[in-house]
Amino acid sequence: MENGPNFDEMWGSDQQLRQPYELFQSWFEGEDPKRLRQKQREAEDLFRLTGITFNVYGRAEAEERLIPFDIIPRIISDREWSRVTRGIEQRVRAINAFLHDIYHRQEIIKAGRIPKEMIARNEAFEPRMIGVSPPGGIYTHIVGIDLVRTGPDDFFVLEDNARTPSGVSYMLENRETMLQMFPELFSQNRVKGVQNYPTDLRRSLSACAPDATGGRPVVAVLTPGIYNSAYYEHAFLADQMGVELVEGHDLRIVDGRVAMRTTRGYTPIDVLYRRVDDAFLDPLNFNPESQLGVPGIMDVYRAGGITIANAPGTGIADDKAIYSYMPEIVEFYTGERPLLRNVPTWRCSEPDQLAYVLDNLEELVVKEVHGSGGYGMLIGPTATKKDIAAFRRKLKARPANYIAQPTLSLSTVPIFARQGLTPRHVDLRPFVLVSPGSINVTAGGLTRVALKKGSLVVNSSQGGGTKDTWVVED
Amino acid sequence: MLGKTANGLFWMYRSLERAENTARLIETGQRIALTRLELGDSEWRSVLESAGSLGHFEAVHDELTKGAAIDWLLRDRDNPSSVLSSIETARQNARLVRTALTHEVWEATNAAYMSARELLARKVVERDLPGVLGAMRQSASLVRGMTHGTMLRNDIYNFARLGTFIERADNTARILDVKYYVLLPSASAVGTSLDNVQWETILRSVSARGGFRMEYGAGAGTREIAHFLILDKRMPRSLAFCLRKIRDNLGYLNNGQMRPGPAQNKALHIERTYLSHDIDAVFDYGLHEYIQTVLGLLAELSGQIETDFRFYE
Repeated sequence: MENGPNFDEMWGSDQQLRQPYELFQSWFEGEDPKRLRQKQREAEDLFRLTGITFNVYGRAEAEERLIPFDIIPRIISDREWSRVTRGIEQRVRAINAFLHDIYHRQEIIKAGRIPKEMIARNEAFEPRMIGVSPPGGIYTHIVGIDLVRTGPDDFFVLEDNARTPSGVSYMLENRETMLQMFPELFSQNRVKGVQNYPTDLRRSLSACAPDATGGRPVVAVLTPGIYNSAYYEHAFLADQMGVELVEGHDLRIVDGRVAMRTTRGYTPIDVLYRRVDDAFLDPLNFNPESQLGVPGIMDVYRAGGITIANAPGTGIADDKAIYSYMPEIVEFYTGERPLLRNVPTWRCSEPDQLAYVLDNLEELVVKEVHGSGGYGMLIGPTATKKDIAAFRRKLKARPANYIAQPTLSLSTVPIFARQGLTPRHVDLRPFVLVSPGSINVTAGGLTRVALKKGSLVVNSSQGGGTKDTWVVED
Repeated sequence: MLGKTANGLFWMYRSLERAENTARLIETGQRIALTRLELGDSEWRSVLESAGSLGHFEAVHDELTKGAAIDWLLRDRDNPSSVLSSIETARQNARLVRTALTHEVWEATNAAYMSARELLARKVVERDLPGVLGAMRQSASLVRGMTHGTMLRNDIYNFARLGTFIERADNTARILDVKYYVLLPSASAVGTSLDNVQWETILRSVSARGGFRMEYGAGAGTREIAHFLILDKRMPRSLAFCLRKIRDNLGYLNNGQMRPGPAQNKALHIERTYLSHDIDAVFDYGLHEYIQTVLGLLAELSGQIETDFRFYE
């Protein structure tokens, strides 16, 4: 948080090569930049051929685009990583305990650690989940915890993604691409594997099947369809797990079970990994206009006939206003001090905090409570006077809709540009699988990088790119 | 397997087969136009007819020219059977059934799509036409090769093959339907140069020139051509060959059932009633009526497959 010199993960704050990058640096020095530029183009061709694209919303013709990929890996040492992992595990345990509590006895509110209206008046709170206990007691089967770094040992949680975190296909494809292009790097460095993720995902989901399921549970991935921005990932994960990829119109309720229409009749599903938002899941119980969901699935769910991953109503845990209470939440449920820090957060719903935010807009990042994807936010230091004035009006009109945070001096990692290695800001989304008695954090995760010089916005929808992320054994 | 997936596979492979067939029809038309000047644009009319889109073409064009016909067949998005539209449809279906395909098949399909988008982005000048058509056929062949080499022989494969052979049988039947009059024994004096041109057109349209020559030499006529395209079980685009494949694949899909399914029965019926006599019987029945009947039965069979395997509901 201190405003010292910017921390670069390769060169530190003092231009001294850091240990995890030593082998990489000696390899890089021996490489011809021309060959690397050629490799960079090759990587792009590989991605295009694989079809790893995302659709851009808000365009007349659904356009498929590539997320830019940078060939310079981001390298984290095993020692650094195991500290991060412990922090993530603790946080994920707390999130699941919090969700169970919020939909049952609400002890945390009774204890006065969170104000009642944070829950009761929150649109992410799902009343239909009150008193419902999901199979195995798991709410968030798949979590993505967004981290940023400001120093060698300073990791902060920027955001908890407890609904349907995406990006894991990029983590996997980035690694495949690097393995194909630079096999020698993987002979020299002992990089922890990520390729078991699909198998782990299937195992983890299967372990959360309803009790009545015998033998091998039937797992399926529910996608909104081919025009969804993350369709590639949905198909990729179903394919890699060896399970069916279904849409709402493939499913119906048969004899109290959710079943899919196969060429030989209807087959019941035990675990549904849904990549459809709560509101569209069940037109009978939620949005009646939804064509994406399954009428009646919530009734089957409440009767214990199917596992929905993640459970409906988990959004209450990754709400940005709730985020500011995460240190209290971790302490309340684990009895431990939080291992991962939160970014200090001002809640604009509280008048004194709002006053501070309004006085310091030029230095703060202001985000919508329910926003995502980098849309609808203000980055004070880089915003124009006009933008700030416009945002000030929005903030005054609906203060409870916003939170504010200081601009962190995010760490940088070099990218391969025309002039050679040049630093750019990054964040990290590790992926976590949760099943009864097990929390599995894949070594690495998705590194997103702001390709524009000085930019802090890493979202792919806003010109960000990705990198392969290595956890190397010491 | 999901009914939706079976549907996607069926149409993915139908579309791929169609892209290849349309490309071949253009090649044939161009070849004939270049070597037999006296035929003029009438040849393009029958090419459009064989492609099943003459009516649609005439509805949006005032005049039938060679350039307009080629562009329509090759890259017009208003024509759902153009090479470009067919490849786009195939790739769209491949995305839908991505989980049923091997990595190799998906990449080959995606590569075919990327190359079609690039090569067909602009009107293709005559000089480039042979290269572009060759590239289209080659990329479709690569998908077929990857399918053969990497896909499990399971239901997925059977639906892929059903789509391929229904489309292929339909294509061969349509070519015969458009040109049936030149195959009638009474139509003209055998061996005139006009006949030779017409016969060559038919054989080229189904890539059968080499096979036919190998089998019959130079001295054969209409009867042999008709036999070759309709009844010869060794000729991979003949109706008899396609129907046998369809019957086999439906048999594998029905494996373990007590009785053949409705689609299987329909396929058996076509084979027994229309493809197990000799070619004289076909001429006695009336070549035109015969082809019309078979085309109708193929459409019915396709519909029955959709129903039997719950493609939609």
